[in-house]
Amino acid sequence: MSRNTQNKESLNVVGKPLRKVDSRAKCTGQTIFVDDLFLPGMLFAKILRSTRPHALIRKIDTSRAEALSGVRAILLGHELPITFGILPVSQDEHTLAIEKVRYVGEPVAVVAADEEAIAEEAIRLIEVELEELPPVMSIREALDPSTPEIQAYGDGHNIHKLVSLEFGNVEEALSRSDVLLEDLFFYQGNTHLPMEQHCAVALWDPDDRLTLWSSTQTPHYVHRALARVLEVPAARIRVIACPNGGGFGGKSDPFSHEIAVAKLSMKTGKPVKYTATREEVFYCHRGRHPVLMKSRLGMKKNGTITGLEFQTVLDGGAYGSYGVASTFYTGALQTTTYQIPRYRFQGARVFTNKPPCGPKRGHGTPQPRFGLEVQLDKAAEKLGMDPAELRLKNLVQPNSLTANWLQIRTCSLDQCIEKVVEASSWKQKFRRLPFGRGVGLACSCYLTGAGLPIYWNSMPHSGVQLKLDRSGGVTVFCGSTDIGQGSDSVLAYIVAEVLGIDPFHIRVVTADTDLTPVDLGSYSSRVTLMTGNAAIQAAERARELLDEIAAQELKVPKERLAAAGGKIFDCENPEKFVPFEKAVQLAESKFGTIGTVGSYKPAESPGKYKGAGVGPSPTYSYSAAVVQVQVYTDTGFINVEKIWIAHDVGRALNPLLAIGQIEGSVYMALGEALMEEQEFRHGLHKIPSMLDYKSPTSADMCEVETFLVEEPDAEGPYGAKECGQGPLLPVPPALVNAIYDAVGIRIDEVPVTPEKVLKALRWRADGKAPRYGPQMFPQVPYPEAKMILPPAEGGDGRVLAEPASRLQMRGE
Amino acid sequence: MIQTTALIHLRVNGRDYHVAVAPSKTLLEVLREDLRLTGTKHGCELGECGTCAVLVDGKPVLSCLVLPVELEGAEITTVEGLASGNSLHPLQESLADLGAAQCGYCTPGVLMVAKALLDENPQPTREVIKEALGGNLCRCTGYLKIFEAIEMAARKMRAGGSENKEKQLFDCSAHASAWQSQG
Amino acid sequence: MLRLPAFQYKKPRSMREAARILAQEGPDAMVVAGGTDLWPKMKRRQMEPKTVIGLRHLSELRRFDGNSAKGWVLGAGLTLHELENHPVLASNYPAVAEAARSISSPPLKTMGTLGGNLCVDTRCNYYDQTYEWRKSISFCLKKEGDTCWVAPGSPRCWAASSTDLAPVMLALNARFLLVSGEGDRMISASELYQDDGIRYLTKADDEILKEVHLPAVNGDVMAFLKLRRRDSIDFPILNVAVWGRCACDRKTFEDLRIAIGAITSRPFVAEDASRLLVGKAMTPETIEQACEAAWKISRPLDNTDLDFSWRHKMVRVWVRRALELLVQRSALS
Repeated sequence: MSRNTQNKESLNVVGKPLRKVDSRAKCTGQTIFVDDLFLPGMLFAKILRSTRPHALIRKIDTSRAEALSGVRAILLGHELPITFGILPVSQDEHTLAIEKVRYVGEPVAVVAADEEAIAEEAIRLIEVELEELPPVMSIREALDPSTPEIQAYGDGHNIHKLVSLEFGNVEEALSRSDVLLEDLFFYQGNTHLPMEQHCAVALWDPDDRLTLWSSTQTPHYVHRALARVLEVPAARIRVIACPNGGGFGGKSDPFSHEIAVAKLSMKTGKPVKYTATREEVFYCHRGRHPVLMKSRLGMKKNGTITGLEFQTVLDGGAYGSYGVASTFYTGALQTTTYQIPRYRFQGARVFTNKPPCGPKRGHGTPQPRFGLEVQLDKAAEKLGMDPAELRLKNLVQPNSLTANWLQIRTCSLDQCIEKVVEASSWKQKFRRLPFGRGVGLACSCYLTGAGLPIYWNSMPHSGVQLKLDRSGGVTVFCGSTDIGQGSDSVLAYIVAEVLGIDPFHIRVVTADTDLTPVDLGSYSSRVTLMTGNAAIQAAERARELLDEIAAQELKVPKERLAAAGGKIFDCENPEKFVPFEKAVQLAESKFGTIGTVGSYKPAESPGKYKGAGVGPSPTYSYSAAVVQVQVYTDTGFINVEKIWIAHDVGRALNPLLAIGQIEGSVYMALGEALMEEQEFRHGLHKIPSMLDYKSPTSADMCEVETFLVEEPDAEGPYGAKECGQGPLLPVPPALVNAIYDAVGIRIDEVPVTPEKVLKALRWRADGKAPRYGPQMFPQVPYPEAKMILPPAEGGDGRVLAEPASRLQMRGE
Repeated sequence: MIQTTALIHLRVNGRDYHVAVAPSKTLLEVLREDLRLTGTKHGCELGECGTCAVLVDGKPVLSCLVLPVELEGAEITTVEGLASGNSLHPLQESLADLGAAQCGYCTPGVLMVAKALLDENPQPTREVIKEALGGNLCRCTGYLKIFEAIEMAARKMRAGGSENKEKQLFDCSAHASAWQSQG
Repeated sequence: MLRLPAFQYKKPRSMREAARILAQEGPDAMVVAGGTDLWPKMKRRQMEPKTVIGLRHLSELRRFDGNSAKGWVLGAGLTLHELENHPVLASNYPAVAEAARSISSPPLKTMGTLGGNLCVDTRCNYYDQTYEWRKSISFCLKKEGDTCWVAPGSPRCWAASSTDLAPVMLALNARFLLVSGEGDRMISASELYQDDGIRYLTKADDEILKEVHLPAVNGDVMAFLKLRRRDSIDFPILNVAVWGRCACDRKTFEDLRIAIGAITSRPFVAEDASRLLVGKAMTPETIEQACEAAWKISRPLDNTDLDFSWRHKMVRVWVRRALELLVQRSALS
């Protein structure tokens, strides 16, 4: 793709700090979010939710609610017996609980009424008789065979998924190490907390067609779930994702409320709206998994890594959601930053009676990244090396294969490290600041789009259609969903670049399953790369038609033509040009109505083992961060003074928006590192409100200096890689590494609350181990690891026929 | 309890509205559901997030915690009243210019609080801005672009609004000449 | 959308009338000024008054007059925003301005009032939840239930006082004017509060706080510090107000009060701790003794943000920091 490596100077739109195409709407309150829709005759729905974490449903009496004036329909679970779930392997959710409730907040019944207040009154009149079961509220309880089972499927007692993979003989590698580190880490669960509460409006029209407007990041998957559960042909269902008022992964699953309003509209023939309250958003959740980790890292004296063994247990909550993928992600990307010649990963996800966890910004990778980067900091100290040097020494090489068979393309992590080291005066500060102040460094890597779709198919991951007409107008159609990241603008910029027109002249139509070709959704940082490549292809095809006609008109060879400023012109003689509008008219005269398409599907990944589907990406982004902190030793409070972050973005299609994504990631990371936490007590969420679930306010935000490192990647549109998730990852570990530099204590878990800091300081003063973190790792029945030889040891990406244990006994 | 509706007079963005609403409806509900001024968003309805901020006699208040019956005679300004015609307020221009509205959901509330701030203090320091926005949660931006946009708007406003008119950053002719120089 | 339950809204023409309505309607009526405490609690059905009496429009509540010799009278309807910015408070009663400034967030400060903050309901994270959430734990002692989940064996409610201005008023020894249908009554600030999460105010149901009378300050010094997780929005999880009057020799305080709030159901003056410092040189040692004394009588419970044993430790730190600030602001040599 020649455009992907085109040099910066020759670009007219790409790389410029333009406004977003929807910026005026957003700054005038004119953007229509789902809750802003008011349809004639609309009914309002409220959901009755479980008040117990684990119980059998004995009886539901709706008679009093039915009698309430203004109630139009009541829906119970048995009316929608078909299950759904985002992953084909975990179709374990009912729209409304049928026999059993598995967490406080699980939907049990829905009422549609003339007014929301009536629906609210009605759900309070529904009587639910429950037979309580003991709740399972922690990893430890889930693994205890005496606890009741939450789900009737999985890989063991309350175990949803077990993974066990080994790439080369790890024990042998670790035994060759000069230094062996063994650490336990814990990363607490937290939630997305988008400012916009989930909302959906459904309309079953007289022609037996269903339209659903929803605040969803994945209209395509919602479309599939609706067809499945409602047993309505997908062709009769239209899903429109309105602009999301924040997503961060929290609106990536099909949700009960989306199906429920659709069914209620089918029942009543009226449009039905449901808007979650803030508390209900906490119950929808699908947020960051709490993960307990055990890491064994072997190093040579010279600082090279010999091998890594990494074990995780994820607290998944009551349902599957993305959990199988999340489990793999807690191991998959440990190999993508540093050369780890041998690697064993074992992961487990357990069910507990809490709202389901799922993907949150960084999906499954911030937790293991935290462990790895903190452990490297400890390793550097043991080896007497500078942590930045240690990392530089081990960097993965561009265009290489990792031990677990991931294909690395461009990697400018070295430049990222050098940028933040220099900008932060790292060398003058590390281990040199006065007691109480310190700096810490960490790096990370993230996908630029998942290599495989969520359900098995060989169709494109992203499609774009272009319509050009005689007005000179261009419309881009694409299934992608703008969740605030600016994906609509990216489409306009790219098409404008190729066609040489003003991006603000382009109409962008997105996220409408009736009008737009499929894009899989706004997750896994896939949208810019995949829709971008599809848009380039569609626009190139349109350009070919225009160039052909312009070449004729100008009597110059096609190769000499360029498009910019609304003209197609002769590069040799720019005075010779055809205005864009005229070129379209000529093309339309010659070829008929002008419409082109483009699509994108990632290349196949080299890994062939079961589980190799999670982790591959067309290319990976890289980040490095330095965090400077002040630790108040009398209170334990941490003041983050400044963060320097450099991000290998390939190319910033719009540097302003790229920096915005990075700053937002840093902010969200700070929240996770210092305060955000899903806490449960008596089986229910302790703090389901904006006041008590602490997310940083403007007054808590520190200074951030961002560097974009640009080395165009041939896989990305104009060289672009992702920037919306990866920059979150290095911040939590860099922060705790900085705390160690400041006061000599290790906080091996997040969030770092003041009482943890104070306790560790006390232990340090008392001469005890100055560490706060998990003390034990549970017995997890991981199966014997499947052995796959790393590329460097001559493997073919497949599982060896011989079990790992025998291979290890032979010491190979 | 059966609620009778009350006839309420509200003055919003310079226009008079007479609406019959239950007295227990908050200003937020009346703005969105009765006046269909849906520019004002909501994130918690408990005064915890700042999303629904509007101005009452120039002061920021949270519309989820105030009753229209308490506001008769007051001048209410919502995000819909910020621009004059098609000419955006400098704050709107600056937020758009810097990409400070990502998802755009907290933006109306942020704009109203920022307007009240700049009306009171035309040259706020970064610290003052951080404090003034302390009640407006944003999950996208990390606030930094919002701070910069408010500072930029303040500069524009002090300069007398001459820079307020819409200026497109995209300039076709300049880019065309870039091509030419390569040809 | 969380919505308010139905109620009757009444708009009295005077405080006297407001008090009369309150007396007539009995416990089913409540007054509202800023609404920042009442409306959320009504939306969550923690409070369900049938009648709400609006006070926001009453000019009687907006008094602000006095002088340095007599002290100042502040109407309970002044907004927190007005308090944080008032030049008289900034120069003579900085702790009042500091406490007002620290409350919630800017939009809420233009709504919330002095009286509202002084009478703000006690808080507890078993109680400050929606109706459905509270139903999940079969409610609690403070509303509809029979167990205090913070201390299940306890016969009383342990919800925590959450006012930031009360400790300042206690430290300053301010007085409050209460009005009712029966007449007016002046009480000292400390008399308003009692250590019970439900009946946390001593005033009768039909009494309304109308004015705050700040005593004259002639060179007195004061300070206010608040502990909370975030630098905005959050309620206090501990606050400390200190006031001191320098002795003639300018070497010691001849009078000093340390008031502590947001720990138990009542803001209180740490009498022993205060007494330890009266007439004594303010050295690190004497300050530490006062901190120790304040720590001894503070008993936070696990019903608000952050670890309660850590909050207990913070009493020492916050009292120390407040006293250090007091010394810094005084002309002690």
